[in-house]
Amino acid sequence: MLGLEKKDTSLLIIVAILTMCAPFILNPFPADSAMAQFNAGYPDLMQRFVIFGIFAIGFNILFGLTGYLSFGHAAFLGIGSYSAVWMFKLLGYNILPGIFLSVITSGLFALLIGYISLRRSGIYFSILTLAFAQMSFALAYSVLTPLTNGETGLQVYNSDPQYFHSDAMPNIPHLFGQEMQSTYTLDAGAWSFDFNTGYYLCALIMLGMFYIAIRIFRSPFGLMLKAIKTNQTRLNYTGLNPRPYTLAAFVISGMYAGLAGGLMASMDPLAGAERMQWTASGEVVLMTILGGAGTLIGPVLGAGFIKYFENIFSKINDTVLHQWFAFLPDGIEDFLIAIVHPFVGKGWHLTLGLMFMAIVIFLPGGLVEGGQKIASKFRGKKAKDDAPAASDTTPAE
Amino acid sequence: MSNSNFTRRGLLKTSAMAGGALAMPTIYDGSVWADAHAGYLNAPTGSTVTLGFNVPQSGPYADEGADELRAYELAVEHLNGGGDGGMMNTFSSKALQGNGILGKKVEFVTGDTQTKSDAARASAKSMIEKDGAIMITGGSSSGVAVAVQGLCQEAGVIFMAGLTHSNDTTGKDKKANGFRHFFNGYMSAAALAPVLKARYGTDRTAYHLTADYTWGWTQQESIQAATEAMGWKTANNVLTPLATTDFSSYVAPVLNSGADVLVLNHYGGNMVNSLTSAVQFGLREKQVNGKNFEIVVPLYSRLMAKGAGENVKGIFGSTNWHWSLTDEGSKAFVKSFGEKYGFPPSQAAHTCYVQTMLYADAAERAGTFNPCGIAEALEGFKFDGLGNGETEYRAEDHQCFKDVLVVKGKDNPTSEFDLLEIVEITPRAQVEYAVDHPMFAGGELGKCNPGA
Repeated sequence: MLGLEKKDTSLLIIVAILTMCAPFILNPFPADSAMAQFNAGYPDLMQRFVIFGIFAIGFNILFGLTGYLSFGHAAFLGIGSYSAVWMFKLLGYNILPGIFLSVITSGLFALLIGYISLRRSGIYFSILTLAFAQMSFALAYSVLTPLTNGETGLQVYNSDPQYFHSDAMPNIPHLFGQEMQSTYTLDAGAWSFDFNTGYYLCALIMLGMFYIAIRIFRSPFGLMLKAIKTNQTRLNYTGLNPRPYTLAAFVISGMYAGLAGGLMASMDPLAGAERMQWTASGEVVLMTILGGAGTLIGPVLGAGFIKYFENIFSKINDTVLHQWFAFLPDGIEDFLIAIVHPFVGKGWHLTLGLMFMAIVIFLPGGLVEGGQKIASKFRGKKAKDDAPAASDTTPAE
Repeated sequence: MSNSNFTRRGLLKTSAMAGGALAMPTIYDGSVWADAHAGYLNAPTGSTVTLGFNVPQSGPYADEGADELRAYELAVEHLNGGGDGGMMNTFSSKALQGNGILGKKVEFVTGDTQTKSDAARASAKSMIEKDGAIMITGGSSSGVAVAVQGLCQEAGVIFMAGLTHSNDTTGKDKKANGFRHFFNGYMSAAALAPVLKARYGTDRTAYHLTADYTWGWTQQESIQAATEAMGWKTANNVLTPLATTDFSSYVAPVLNSGADVLVLNHYGGNMVNSLTSAVQFGLREKQVNGKNFEIVVPLYSRLMAKGAGENVKGIFGSTNWHWSLTDEGSKAFVKSFGEKYGFPPSQAAHTCYVQTMLYADAAERAGTFNPCGIAEALEGFKFDGLGNGETEYRAEDHQCFKDVLVVKGKDNPTSEFDLLEIVEITPRAQVEYAVDHPMFAGGELGKCNPGA
């Protein structure tokens, strides 16, 4: 179907079902129960899941296929966001021009940065991209403040021109009148599920991007990228110049990042410079490795995993802990809280770090390898059978 | 005996059927929602009301964030009738009963802003969308405050700003749903200028080192305007990148510039580092133009003074509030904070506590949690007994006007908290400005948004 192999088709269908049913899947606990703390099915977080999914899918096209580790991908995310917000400011709140421009500008920046950075490989390439991203961050944070509004972040003001805006149109981002914020809440007994317009738009775009990524992975172009990862020297000796291929991969993944940035701005019309900081670049590397670099679904899983921790675990404070352990005697309650305390709330970084270590040590192929191991257990096969698949996912040095 | 078929399978079946039957759709972006509920977003339906405390728990301002959170917890305890009531007893408005807000028990959720606009907005959004928070408060930097204020305006909840000192928060970025109790750069300058004039004279040349972002600029602009108005000259203004940790290359040129006052428009860790460099370069022992070289830090906080240690002695600055104030409100607050946590509160804690009280009081007086009702109750509200003397929430820009403290690093601190001494309490009239003052021009409040 759609020019895909059977295996890829079923993967695409599974992802489609998962994203379309996400409001149900992510809200498994009744709204009033104590476990509701772990529900992730509210519009903002669901949007983030798919937007960062797009970001990570794009990053994986570069990192997973060519092995070039870009440490500055967040720059494209930021550039995409700024482009989109500028379109809101100048043209109006319809998100199409913004998303369009964000893909174009980030593609151009990727061409420029890639052209320079790809003259080197390995660690030198990583450092070059990191330097460019930090430069963009510094520029956006202070030097280019008239363009980016600096620390405060670029916002839309009532005094902005918004040439195509009329009073009949909603005063928040919309797609031909469909507000991105609008949410339809389904109350089913104790459960409540949110269906958000913005989420479904992002999810559809992510499915499209996922499909394109599959096609790239299975194309001759993708094969060439894998060849670059496997042995670039040998490729050179066969008379092929790998640079156009890596540059194309870099620009494509930059455009993915720009699209993600544009969508972020469309869901929440503010572009902050922190979006470009090196920590944000590092985050997408973590997402990809955590999920499984070089696999199709891995980066999306990794993105979901990290965003879940960032948004859910960081909100568990001592008061919540006291509610959980209230049934225990005082001494034991305080003892347990003292143990759990460093790992939740502001300590969510610590928990995430430990999980990351565990996954990298025990599942070098990321969450995808974990899934494969479990699946093969169920099928009654030995884990050995997965060895070829696993080696496929090992990231390049 | 009735035949109650209460097996697991039976329960599942029934609940599935009940779920199907109860699957009554509600839309909360339009009039349908407004009809079904009280006409505003997140209207509390049960016996509780949820407030969202959005503070930096990691990043450069984590210390301030931790202190803010302590103050919020104390405020919630007092609102629910626990503890000794703190400033509720000294507050000039007596609407609060100690039974929560409008009879509803106050609950809260917390989030980590990471001192990043993006993360702060994500965290605020989850409070609004997931936890049903009716009000968001907090923030330890102006960038975050402006970003979250914008979000609250769009979403339709009230934002009570925490520590934010930039003119923009209630200037060009002011919003109808946002309120600031903290003072701002202009007020710092207006309060400091007369004191500097009295101590250092009118024939001075200032050299500015300024953190290169919005807050730094507005602060520098304010100080320059205020000092030039009394006869000072400005030798130079050098912008320092926010991530700078070694300021020696910025401090060295100061000596040859002919300036005899160094103004450090830095905050937090930046200020600690720049002040330390300046002192290490021996600036304070220098004589320029026959006068002693002086250093001024326009915005002070106790946590910063602690970081800079010995170096702050004798250095002037301004602050919103200090725990050594002896009015009834401050004493009550310091007492209940100290009893709960064992040390005195910072100015960040104070402003956050006060903002929570003001919100609760406004809800009581308005008789509703509707953001528009609360905004109306807060606009032009005059009060006393919350530690700053007589204070007014100006209706035109949602900025509190009150006295400003000019402080000096204490020469002989008696404890690790006793680092600043109050030099002068500049009366409100001196720090007040017109709504359309050029430093605050450009924005408009817009209309209050109840979110439904």
